[in-house]
Amino acid sequence: MKKIIIAIFAFILFTSMANFPDAGEIIKKVDQNMTSKTQIIESKMIIWGKRNNREVVSKGYAEGNTKSFTEYLSPQRERGTKMLKLEDKLWIYSPETDRTIQLSGHMLRQSVMGSDLSYEDMMENRKLMDMYNAKVIGEETIDGRKTWILELNAKVDNVSYEKRKMWIDQERYVPMKEELYAKSGQLLKKTEMSNFKKTGTRWYPTSINYKDMLKDGKGTDFIVLSIKFDEKIPDYIFSKASLKK
Amino acid sequence: MIKFIFKAILRDKNRSLLPVIIISIGVFLTIFLSGFMSGVMGDMIDQSARFETGHVKIMSRAYAENKDQIPNDLALFGVDSLIKSLEKEFPNYNWVQRIRFGGIIDAPDLNGGSKGQGPSSGLAIDFFSGNSGEIERLNIPSSIMEGNVPQKSKEILIGFELAQKLKLDIGDTITYMGSTMYGSLAFESFIISGTVRFGVEAMDRGMVIVDISDARRMLDMEDAVGEILGFSKEGMYFDDKAAHTQSAFNAHYANSTDEYVPIMLRLKEQNNLDSLLDYVNSFSSMFVIIFVLIMSVVLWNTGLIGGLRRYQEFGIRLALGENKGHIYKTLILEAVLIGAIGSIIGTVIGVSATYIMQVYGLDISGMMKGGTMMMPSVMRAKFTFDLLYIGFIPGLFAMVLGNMLSGIGIYKRETATLFKELEV
Repeated sequence: MKKIIIAIFAFILFTSMANFPDAGEIIKKVDQNMTSKTQIIESKMIIWGKRNNREVVSKGYAEGNTKSFTEYLSPQRERGTKMLKLEDKLWIYSPETDRTIQLSGHMLRQSVMGSDLSYEDMMENRKLMDMYNAKVIGEETIDGRKTWILELNAKVDNVSYEKRKMWIDQERYVPMKEELYAKSGQLLKKTEMSNFKKTGTRWYPTSINYKDMLKDGKGTDFIVLSIKFDEKIPDYIFSKASLKK
Repeated sequence: MIKFIFKAILRDKNRSLLPVIIISIGVFLTIFLSGFMSGVMGDMIDQSARFETGHVKIMSRAYAENKDQIPNDLALFGVDSLIKSLEKEFPNYNWVQRIRFGGIIDAPDLNGGSKGQGPSSGLAIDFFSGNSGEIERLNIPSSIMEGNVPQKSKEILIGFELAQKLKLDIGDTITYMGSTMYGSLAFESFIISGTVRFGVEAMDRGMVIVDISDARRMLDMEDAVGEILGFSKEGMYFDDKAAHTQSAFNAHYANSTDEYVPIMLRLKEQNNLDSLLDYVNSFSSMFVIIFVLIMSVVLWNTGLIGGLRRYQEFGIRLALGENKGHIYKTLILEAVLIGAIGSIIGTVIGVSATYIMQVYGLDISGMMKGGTMMMPSVMRAKFTFDLLYIGFIPGLFAMVLGNMLSGIGIYKRETATLFKELEV
């Protein structure tokens, strides 16, 4: 009798596992949606503070996962501030002082403009499959859409988050929700994606709420105002000279 | 009688020398250690008051809860009117505004790049109004190693070690980068007017000091402030008075649920100074109690040895018809004189040593390399008038108590057996 019960459980487990697709394939498709050779994005960050809310508009250029350039357009206080990332280095230019300062070390973990994003979050553009081993651990329906729940564990050392949990749309292969964990297992950040739009062949979320779990408040909404994929970006954009232009 | 006993003490050194030495050492240790401890602890508390806690401090409730993180986004608003009402309601305090901020200090090279960078903790005080007393309160003039106090906007004082690390000189420009009250990027360039060394490793390594008007502009904190510090015009911290001020102030906001209303904390409630203050207050008493107990036991023992040595003398005195009570009385009187001599010698040496330690101090800067605790790098004793009796009275008491205990044996002598004992 005992053997029969074990056999039934083993069968149920095997059949349910068999229904899950290969996590590597899912991640590959997510990377195809979320990353591109180049990206030009105009975005608005709504930072929900405890006392007041702020809106920061910026225009960003990215090429591969090593080069990016962001110029802040508004509000007035931020206008003209520029950030350049080359490889693992980040420079910030302040028009008020006409100084370019390179950030490194623990400063990269600081919040960008008081938002729930850190400089490291902003700089991270590598493909998930290059950084994590993934496995499917379940299914869930979010906003009427079926998702796979993936658990990602870092396979390289230099990642900001040791573990991630992602809810991937089973049809569109875009993340709908994500939880980011520290090595200790502490939940550090949560993101929720919405307003998915199809650009060419890819689906992309145009509204993302980042929530730093160590801070109070409603988090930061990152809203994509416009986005272009795989367009040619002039080389001078990704040079230190462009910071002062 | 006293003259007679005094002569006996001087002539028979065997009965006085050892107790005098023991009492002198005990009294000296009590006075010196009490003076040293109260000096060191007092300096730490005073330094904390001047730099961090004030005698009372006002913050917003939300800021106070997270004050270690210097959360300027939770700062107090409407500061000008608050200061006016404080000055009216509590005129026995000097009220000063301070802003703390963190960030990095970047030193530019000749090409506009960076020649060095370092984390810094900033302090903004009122340099320019001329009546805040902040420059003297923070002991800035005597802490300046090179240069001067900022004379105009956009000048900055920088920690001596930070300046050395970044190879900065007076007149050089540095750029501060951090966050405004609202989270925006804050950039501001300053000209170094001077370098300071407070003797506190944690401060000298990364502190910068600017005028509060510059900090307000840089951090978007117009009419806002992180902390309002109150310093008693008496110059000293009295916990009962501070508690009275605190309860009167906090009563105004007791029914408010707003997390940004001001709240007052007194010195004792901040930076774990509560336990430190109690420690200081109880330390001297602890010394005295331990001293009296140990000395009494030692002097009791000395008295017993003396009693044995003088066994024959007491026997003869009893045989000659001297009253037991009279012998006991002269013994106690003798103890009072010996105790007084030992206590005077111990007090003179103890007070002198305390004074020398107050003037010259003990330089422990070598031991504080890399330390982050806010404490003076030169430990000094502090002479107070209570040191004049804090050792003297217990010294006298211990000697008398010791002799009272050992002298009880006199009453156990039987006249009938005296001649046998004396082998007459």
